[in-house]
Amino acid sequence: MAGRVSISVKVNGSRREADVEPRLLLVHFLREDLGLTGTHVGCDTSHCSACAVLMDGKLVKSCTVLAVQADGRDILTVEGLAKGGELHPVQEAFLAKHGLQCGYCTPGMLMSAYALLRENRHPKEEEIRKGISGNICRCTGYAKIIESVEQAARSKNW
Amino acid sequence: MIAGGQSLIPLLKLRLASPSLLVDINRVPGLDRIEESGEFLRVGALTRMADVESSSLIRKRYAIIHDASEVIGDPLVRNLGTLGGNLSHGDPNNDMPAVMLALGAEFVATGPGGGRTIRAEEFFTDTFAVALNHDEILTEIRVPRRLPGTGGSYLKLEQKTADFAIAGAAVHVRLGSGGVCNEVGIGLTAVGPTAVKARSAEASMRGKISTDKTAIQGMSHLAAGECSPATDIRGTSTYKKQVVSLLVGRAFKTACERARGES
Repeated sequence: MAGRVSISVKVNGSRREADVEPRLLLVHFLREDLGLTGTHVGCDTSHCSACAVLMDGKLVKSCTVLAVQADGRDILTVEGLAKGGELHPVQEAFLAKHGLQCGYCTPGMLMSAYALLRENRHPKEEEIRKGISGNICRCTGYAKIIESVEQAARSKNW
Repeated sequence: MIAGGQSLIPLLKLRLASPSLLVDINRVPGLDRIEESGEFLRVGALTRMADVESSSLIRKRYAIIHDASEVIGDPLVRNLGTLGGNLSHGDPNNDMPAVMLALGAEFVATGPGGGRTIRAEEFFTDTFAVALNHDEILTEIRVPRRLPGTGGSYLKLEQKTADFAIAGAAVHVRLGSGGVCNEVGIGLTAVGPTAVKARSAEASMRGKISTDKTAIQGMSHLAAGECSPATDIRGTSTYKKQVVSLLVGRAFKTACERARGES
């Protein structure tokens, strides 16, 4: 087993330092080392994007990045969306439009929606579909999720 | 060697690869430029697929590359996955190998002794095997600079986002006066041990008028005959050959429209 590697990662605005195995996935670092269990593991094959987080502002699958690769990077997880106890408008929109049923894919959906709307505040439906095309939901059939993203786009509370 | 990691990390997770050492090249500077200079469009091997997708130079002048960049994996994969990785992984299911075969691209391999160029058609040697030596990395992709009268298109059929293709076809053309096809390049995805360069199909169309329906049908039929798709969950070999034939014809039509400046 290779030795541990020291990493320093900014997570939701806080500097976090740890010694990790080189093989550790970012998602496991977030969930098991930092206790940030909002980021879910939905598959073992890098297909579902329930684990989506932003790394230096880009949406990535935290199950397909090694924790050592996040050294020096800035990570935003679903726990970082709400501010001062107030849900983010994207979260409010999913709540209002019932953009979830079992909720397992929701953290990833929220991060994808957030990443999309940060780059494009007024997406067309087709752009929303493309934006969340990497996220798998087995409950909703996506219709409510698309409505949620549309609602979030209309929100003036960003 | 790990770059974007969007193919390698899934392989590690499934224990299909277990290297004792990985060298991460993600922070090597200067390998992510997209520029036209000299005779080439030059793209650094570490260029993220999302940056290829959003490049206006590529969208406007190298639409065939833009086509492929939009259908690789999913948006998250494209944020990290690199053009160099898509090529040097040597996976026949990847999209860019067929595009580079159609375009007649060449690749710069850099090692301790300096650099050398490898033509795309000599690069893909077998499934998960390419012509890089163990002490070399792919550093630059060179596509012949776009000439007037050229155009290309890439199409793939897949069952769902981020799945492997049922089949894909890349077609590049250069039209001369009277609509004669002076050059035709055809690359195929997911229908053989490597990406396939459909040489007989290319040759059959050279010198023909781009609207000659019989010639186009003949070319499409030949392309289907030049591949060897496996029968699997995505369809039978016979079905996939029919898909190849269809996609080659459609991609050829779009390539010609783009060459004429119609789309």
